[in-house]
Amino acid sequence: MNQKIILNNITVRYKIPSERIGTFKEYIIKSIRRQIHHRPFYALKNISLEIMEGESFGVIGHNGAGKSTMLKLIARVLAPSLGRIEVRGKVSPLLEIGAGFHPELTGRENIFLNGALLGFSRREMDQKLNSIVEFSELNNFIDAPMRTYSSGMWARLGFAVATDSQPDILLVDEVLAVGDEQFQQKCFARIEKFRENGTTIVIVAHGMKTIESNCTRVCWIDHGEIKYLGAPEQAIQEYRSSN
Amino acid sequence: MEKTPIYIYDAAKHPFRPFDEVKQVFKYRFLIVQLLRRDIVTRYKRSILGIAWTMLNPLGTMIVLSIAFSQVFKTTAGYPAYVLSGLLAWNFFSQSSNASMVNLIWGEGLLKRIFLPRTSFALAAVGTGLVNTVLSIIPMLIVMLIYKLPITLSILFLPVPLLVLAMFSLGIGLLVSTFAVYFPDVAEMYQIVLTAWLYLTPIIYPEEILPENVIFLISTFNPMYSIVKLFRIPLYFGRLPVFSEWFVPLMTSFAFLIVGWFVFVFRSNEFSQKL
Repeated sequence: MNQKIILNNITVRYKIPSERIGTFKEYIIKSIRRQIHHRPFYALKNISLEIMEGESFGVIGHNGAGKSTMLKLIARVLAPSLGRIEVRGKVSPLLEIGAGFHPELTGRENIFLNGALLGFSRREMDQKLNSIVEFSELNNFIDAPMRTYSSGMWARLGFAVATDSQPDILLVDEVLAVGDEQFQQKCFARIEKFRENGTTIVIVAHGMKTIESNCTRVCWIDHGEIKYLGAPEQAIQEYRSSN
Repeated sequence: MEKTPIYIYDAAKHPFRPFDEVKQVFKYRFLIVQLLRRDIVTRYKRSILGIAWTMLNPLGTMIVLSIAFSQVFKTTAGYPAYVLSGLLAWNFFSQSSNASMVNLIWGEGLLKRIFLPRTSFALAAVGTGLVNTVLSIIPMLIVMLIYKLPITLSILFLPVPLLVLAMFSLGIGLLVSTFAVYFPDVAEMYQIVLTAWLYLTPIIYPEEILPENVIFLISTFNPMYSIVKLFRIPLYFGRLPVFSEWFVPLMTSFAFLIVGWFVFVFRSNEFSQKL
């Protein structure tokens, strides 16, 4: 088995002001009066972790424990302050998909725009176009502006673009809510197929049921530190007993 | 079989961010083209006149200003052409630097979840401004014909002032974007700054009406003074600029671009936590 994600002594630290500063005006005034003090905040502390190929890896913890910071690291949205991270393969994030759509553009135009946001080239998008349209079941509406779409159609297109080609690593933040039940089944079937074909899945969720039924290994984070790493049932039990 | 991408980031020896960003921008060039296309297509999609609005917009302002000020500034030959040439340069700068900020705030949901070069939004905004300005040169030439101003071959020099404007807009756009991430009131404050800045630049009025010491102050501390002038020289004045007339604004805007790029890129790692 290959490692897909390797975190090596990762620390994410940033400075936060001791009190909230809302506006630029306030900032100027307070910095003249020397009233701004920063203290370091550790979102993650010295985390080392390996996630293998084909694993369904769950991350649990309280709000602000560092779960989403972990996803950001893997999605390379955030670089660590200390340590080394290695991610092997194409990463695809899921949820809030369709965030990059523009209502005035047609479905077809939005497919290209969203594909570009996900880092695909023109050539790749030309190849993907047909299967995206087919999966989203929007053949008849693809040249209509997206403002005429229902929210279900909107979500369908988003999911279709994000998951058209099998990613090596799929990041799932919270539960999937895409369109009607029938389409949701189709989405789950697709994710299931990815999993069978060896895609590594990292799930961050509050709902323990999602974690328990989907994950092969779970990590419980608290205050930026790993408290438990291992079997889902055990991790959930540890997490619950800490409350 | 496609090569699997491998992402390695080591905090102890990571690549120099400002250069790495340039590399990423090149990799994501399709995204920048798509964003640019989106900005241009969506702006006028629901209007009958479509892209013609891009040209009519500054013309409208020009007409209003000409009615108001033609008598005041009688000595300026072809005052409408003078105003329009200044407005084109100004609008390029003000609209694209403002759009950089707006685009970045729009993209916050994306920046939190997926990787993309964070300068893409500003680059697309400046690209959009460039396209709009080039299109607006057509009505500018028509206005010059109407007011019997000579159109000379010096307009072939225009790519240089356009480049200077693009660099300056990008530099300032990246700087204000950085501030806007931290402080939401910056977006509104920038509007006020832009209005004041417009009046501190000889665009609506000819610079001759200013006292000499004011011209000295403006030309020294307001980079837009020499940039707007550089844009006007090959167009409205119909001549080629002398060395200092193009060298100074070129260097100034390049300096702003470098500063803006560095500040933005070094700060941008925090954006996903702040936005």
